[in-house]
Amino acid sequence: MTNLLKAIYTIWLREILRFVKSKSRLVGSIAQPFIWLAIVGVGLNAAFKMTNNISYLSFMAIGIMGMTILFNSLFAGINVIWDRQFGFLKEILVAPISRIGIVLGKIFGSTTISVIMALIVLIIVLLFGIISIKSITFLGIITAIIFMILTSVTFVGMGLIIATNVDNIEGFQVLMNFLVMPLFFLSGALFPITSSTPEWLQIVSKIDPLFYAIDGIRGSLTKISVYPVQFDLLIVFIVAVVLVLIADIMFRKIEGK
Amino acid sequence: MVNKANPKNKIYAIEVNNLIKNFGNLTAVNNISFSVNEGEIYGLLGPNGAGKTTTILILTTMLSLTSGNVRIFDKDIINKNIIRQMIGIVFQDPTLDEDLTAFENLDFHARLYNIKVNKKQIINNVLKLVELEDKADKQVKSFSGGMKRRLEIARSFMHEPKILFLDEPTIGLDPQTRRKIWDYIKKLNEKQKITIILTTHYLEEADELCNRVSIIDHGKIIKTGTPKELKSSFGGDIILINIEKKQEFKKILLNSAFIKSIKQTKTGLEIIVNKDGTKLIPKIVELAAKSKININSIALKQHTLEDVFISLTGKNIRDSTPDASEKMKLKFGGRR
Repeated sequence: MTNLLKAIYTIWLREILRFVKSKSRLVGSIAQPFIWLAIVGVGLNAAFKMTNNISYLSFMAIGIMGMTILFNSLFAGINVIWDRQFGFLKEILVAPISRIGIVLGKIFGSTTISVIMALIVLIIVLLFGIISIKSITFLGIITAIIFMILTSVTFVGMGLIIATNVDNIEGFQVLMNFLVMPLFFLSGALFPITSSTPEWLQIVSKIDPLFYAIDGIRGSLTKISVYPVQFDLLIVFIVAVVLVLIADIMFRKIEGK
Repeated sequence: MVNKANPKNKIYAIEVNNLIKNFGNLTAVNNISFSVNEGEIYGLLGPNGAGKTTTILILTTMLSLTSGNVRIFDKDIINKNIIRQMIGIVFQDPTLDEDLTAFENLDFHARLYNIKVNKKQIINNVLKLVELEDKADKQVKSFSGGMKRRLEIARSFMHEPKILFLDEPTIGLDPQTRRKIWDYIKKLNEKQKITIILTTHYLEEADELCNRVSIIDHGKIIKTGTPKELKSSFGGDIILINIEKKQEFKKILLNSAFIKSIKQTKTGLEIIVNKDGTKLIPKIVELAAKSKININSIALKQHTLEDVFISLTGKNIRDSTPDASEKMKLKFGGRR
């Protein structure tokens, strides 16, 4: 058990170290959500009027937290491909540490980064008064953080699954674009999915795990959600566990070729 | 260095029996068996795609085997974590994190192998051995190919493995760096008593380093022995003498014990001897002087492993075409 924890810690540490060292990634992951908020958010805020008496900006601010987690988490897969192309994965695979330790280390490493990024977005959103601090409870923040962690675990897992099956950066990026767009747009991050949304769109949205994540965060922070927060939490939890298990199975199949 | 006592019930550092590895319907390793003694430097010599790397990857738990049995210090390689703790490896292609510094790379390795006591000192010691101590805090990105290779060798024995696997340790390096790496390998073997198994397609490397060599081609071992045995099994050294009185001198020489055969050529004699030719030249000169026969010139031709290789495989080691495992590599592009 202590060996497993050590393995997780070692891999986690390297993920963090690499992120801190990569200035471009650091700047990119902080800048991206603000460009969305400042341009798309402010622009559409002026054009739309929400039905339920909240501003569009405060609605989509939470969607942008979800987006931050989605992008940062899936990115973890690129690291695996990188490590594979530069051979470093072999150094890890030939070491006497458990495979699940490697998988969990990678997942927790990227999850730490994603959640910190999402929290930075939350802090800015609160500072600018886009969401009023008064309306937020302590329990709400804790629940939101739990959602962020589970969502991140889900998508890091997804990134790892793709990375273990694709062995070049180009292929990975094509797949990512193919996945990221629908995951993001169907999640209710940018527009509400309500009963007035065309039915087919409602149905596909509900296959998107990010939908429940964002709905849950919204419910925890602003108390406006499609489903009860507990239900969202259950769905997000199950999806996260399933994806971690699949990622673990896939990772065991990697051989040192 | 090689323990020759007690050959029965002996525990080998590596024992491979009837190892087979198929990739689909390609056979990369075709029923090979060999054993490596503790403390030995053992070479797998063969052209690209002969199955050397595949064998190494199986022995280091990185690839599953199709059939056969592999034991490392009497432990079956199924016990992956036990084996992994016992071995160190330098892969054919670099496996460093180029964004990290040399020290950070070694520190990561120390964590992976659970080295805690004197970690800093161990890192400094291994860096010193490969003469990189002043580069500890430089990013690996800025290193030359030779420096990276040296760093990887330093890393591979940090956790005091019992066996070190070196897959083409000097491929693509300049001659000076190659010499240096040979020195490190010898030092590790002699001072730290590490058993070393290396693959190479440089014959001079096998000749210089290895106690024993297996020549491997198309996934099969075609011959095993010490470099000396392999060379002499091919025939002794050849001494070429340029001389006028061929017949006369031939008669004199035939009475000497060291002669295997003598052939008359246009300009003189071609003598195949059964001993080290360098030591026989003075004797031959002496014999000629005694009989007042004048030698115009004398030359020694020693066999190299290259000759052995050509005679065994019918081809030069460098112009062999890739086969099974090489094609797999190209197909999947898994390796740079």
